[in-house]
Amino acid sequence: MSTDTATDAGAADPGAPVLELEDLVMHFGPVRAVDGVSLSIAPGRVTALVGESGSGKSTVGRCVVRLLSPTSGTVRLGGTDVTGLGRRAMRPHRREVSIVFQDPAGSLDPRMLVGDVVAEPLRLQGRGGGRAERERRVAEQLERVGLDRSVAQRYPHELSGGQRQRVSLARALVSEPRLLVADEPTSALDVSVQASVLNLLADLQRDIGFACLFITHDLSAVEYLADDIAVLYLGQVVETGTREEVFARPRHPYTQALLAAAPVADPVRQRERTRVLLGDDLPSAIDPPSGCRFHTRCPLAVDRCATEEPVLRTVGGGGSVACHLVDDDGSGPDVRDATPGATPDATTDPDHDDRPGSPA
Amino acid sequence: MTTATTTTGDRPAPADGEPVLEVRDLSVTFTTEGGTVSAVDGVDLTLGRGEIVGVVGESGCGKSVTAMSLAGLLPRSAEVTGSVELLGRQLRGAPPAQLRAVRGNEIAYIFQEPMSSLNPVLTVGRQVSEVLQVHERMSRARARERAVELLRLVGIPSPERRVRQYPHELSGGMRQRVMIAMAVACDPTVLVADEPTTALDVTVQAGILDVLRGLRDRLGTSILVITHDLGVIADVADRVVVMYAGRVVERAGVEELFVHPRHHYAAGLLSASPTPGRYAAADDRLQEIPGLVPTLAEQPDACTFADRCPAATDRCRSAAPPLAELDPGSGHEVACWHPRGSTPTTDHPAGEEDA
Ligand SMILES: Nc1ncnc2c1ncn2[C@@H]1O[C@H](COP(=O)(O)OP(=O)(O)OP(=O)(O)O)[C@@H](O)[C@H]1O
Ligand SMILES: Nc1ncnc2c1ncn2[C@@H]1O[C@H](COP(=O)(O)OP(=O)(O)OP(=O)(O)O)[C@@H](O)[C@H]1O
Ligand code: SF4
Ligand SMILES: [Mg+2]
Ligand SMILES: [Mg+2]
Repeated sequence: MSTDTATDAGAADPGAPVLELEDLVMHFGPVRAVDGVSLSIAPGRVTALVGESGSGKSTVGRCVVRLLSPTSGTVRLGGTDVTGLGRRAMRPHRREVSIVFQDPAGSLDPRMLVGDVVAEPLRLQGRGGGRAERERRVAEQLERVGLDRSVAQRYPHELSGGQRQRVSLARALVSEPRLLVADEPTSALDVSVQASVLNLLADLQRDIGFACLFITHDLSAVEYLADDIAVLYLGQVVETGTREEVFARPRHPYTQALLAAAPVADPVRQRERTRVLLGDDLPSAIDPPSGCRFHTRCPLAVDRCATEEPVLRTVGGGGSVACHLVDDDGSGPDVRDATPGATPDATTDPDHDDRPGSPA
Repeated sequence: MTTATTTTGDRPAPADGEPVLEVRDLSVTFTTEGGTVSAVDGVDLTLGRGEIVGVVGESGCGKSVTAMSLAGLLPRSAEVTGSVELLGRQLRGAPPAQLRAVRGNEIAYIFQEPMSSLNPVLTVGRQVSEVLQVHERMSRARARERAVELLRLVGIPSPERRVRQYPHELSGGMRQRVMIAMAVACDPTVLVADEPTTALDVTVQAGILDVLRGLRDRLGTSILVITHDLGVIADVADRVVVMYAGRVVERAGVEELFVHPRHHYAAGLLSASPTPGRYAAADDRLQEIPGLVPTLAEQPDACTFADRCPAATDRCRSAAPPLAELDPGSGHEVACWHPRGSTPTTDHPAGEEDA
């Protein structure tokens, strides 16, 4: 699939990954927001992109839908390189991918009726036939996301947060995209409303079969919804794998710490868990740490980590990981076994080959 | 360790677990252009010495208004009734000067957005020391030293260097730690943390929750944690207060609540959260709570949850259930006519006693 088919626009190869990112780089002046991300999503799969605030998740999403033009690297949609395409040439590909944003209020034009909001992508793409046909499709779409068709006659501010997020979903799906980028679609919502949006997303995904880049920092939502997971740290992917693999056997120390830090809504289990405190917060993306970018916070870091950059490589047991301490067969130490509260320097042990196996 | 060096002299030291804060029948209404808005309706709450109580509920249910009413932080448009006793002293209706003193020394607050509560043009060291100079009447040099100690207490690495930095030079997590340092500078009896980690990442959140737990363990601070995140509650709270539409619907020990929620709203909230090991298969759905949160004014004589409740009957729509223990002495209270896990004949006992 290395043959470049950039010229025959529109005709997507059905077998090709819906999305392929190759060495994607997005710098904002000195800010190295995304620094070499490679990722691929197969048709109908849900891939979660997780990481801390500022790790570059939204920037990746914006590059995918071409709200941003990447500094370098390649974005392929359905096998077609769309990285360098101008507005016009991009048009046939626009309908392939839609985006839903975190803030349902801010992403909907307050002066437009809901019906016009949902119909907008069709109008912009010059599709959807006449007015009557568009109205029919809007009504169908609203019902699909669990809203009454009369909502079309309302303004966004006349809806609740959860209803507004459903409207965003309806708009994103009206053009029947093959890929949906969902950027923190539930973070701004209440718990019980979150549940309904997550359920809806799961249902629609199952029924329609679009692929989804699900951007979030909520690991319980990831576990509920995702097929695959990519973990981002300071603009780089540090681990990928299927949901089962990553949750059952996280290999990168950062992924391990992330899983250990996410609170579980169960007081007994929550209090029994090993705490891994990462000390300081995410370092600056302007001047990322040398070597492994995680070494300043990694409880397991050894001397080599500060000087040599680990590459993301495929390891045994599936998935890929970028850490010096993980062997090719996928085995390695677990930060959750390190002494609780251990400071990074206390664990800088030259004898790191004598590492414990991963727990069962 | 109780080095309670407070300025308000006659503060009796309560025994462990004895309530330091008791809120009874607290109600708050706001006068707005559109009429009167009832935000909090008859809330009861107790906080024991060295206890962490979590208040949980959906957006708009009155968590923040309850918290702010404790030390008189609400705007003039608010009318507050009921009782707020701190170590036996009535705060509701106390003169502004007295409330100001209470806020500086005995009840401290931290809020969700640390940036807007910090002064952007002063170094963080200066801001922490100023609290100490004003409230504890420390010398400048002593306050400076103590500021470094406090920043270390809340887990800020290399505090000697950090005291010279400005808020914008710190990350969100570090700023929240600075806020906590300022809040605990005067060794408050009660710390009110309103969504202290909502704006933060899980890795940073875990650290902040650790700091709160540490304060309780080391200083014996009583903490009221307000959140809509059940994971936070599960992590730090000893007891939980569940609010719905301005009222307390359930109070229980944290484990008891998570295992045996008796109120239908509390149960709905618990099953609406995705739990580990759960995957969106065709037959598995997160439980949704249908309908919208009502505004209080609509249902003065009804259970406010009746419209969304799977067990609602006519009785629920015609009388508000009181908050009461189902099993006397259990400390597990619920405001529901038909609590979960009861047979119809053993329905709410308080119904007959209190109504
Ligand atoms: N337009 C921009 N100009 C300059 N810097 C930017 C811009 N957009 C993002 N950044 C920076 O790029 C980095 C990554 O930001 P991004 O929004 O992608 O993070 P994120 O992972 O989505 O975080 P969050 O979870 O907070 O949404 C951050 O350091 C951010 O400040
Ligand atoms: N100053 C005010 N004037 C009028 N109404 C107010 C005022 N402050 C709060 N309210 C109303 O009181 C109710 C309770 O608000 P409160 O801020 O306590 O909610 P909350 O439970 O803290 O919600 P959230 O989780 O969103 O912070 C809401 O309906 C709110 O709109
Ligand atoms: S062990 Fe080294 S390579 Fe692995 S995460 Fe830690 S610092 Fe990075
Ligand atoms: Mg983002
Ligand atoms: Mg609030």
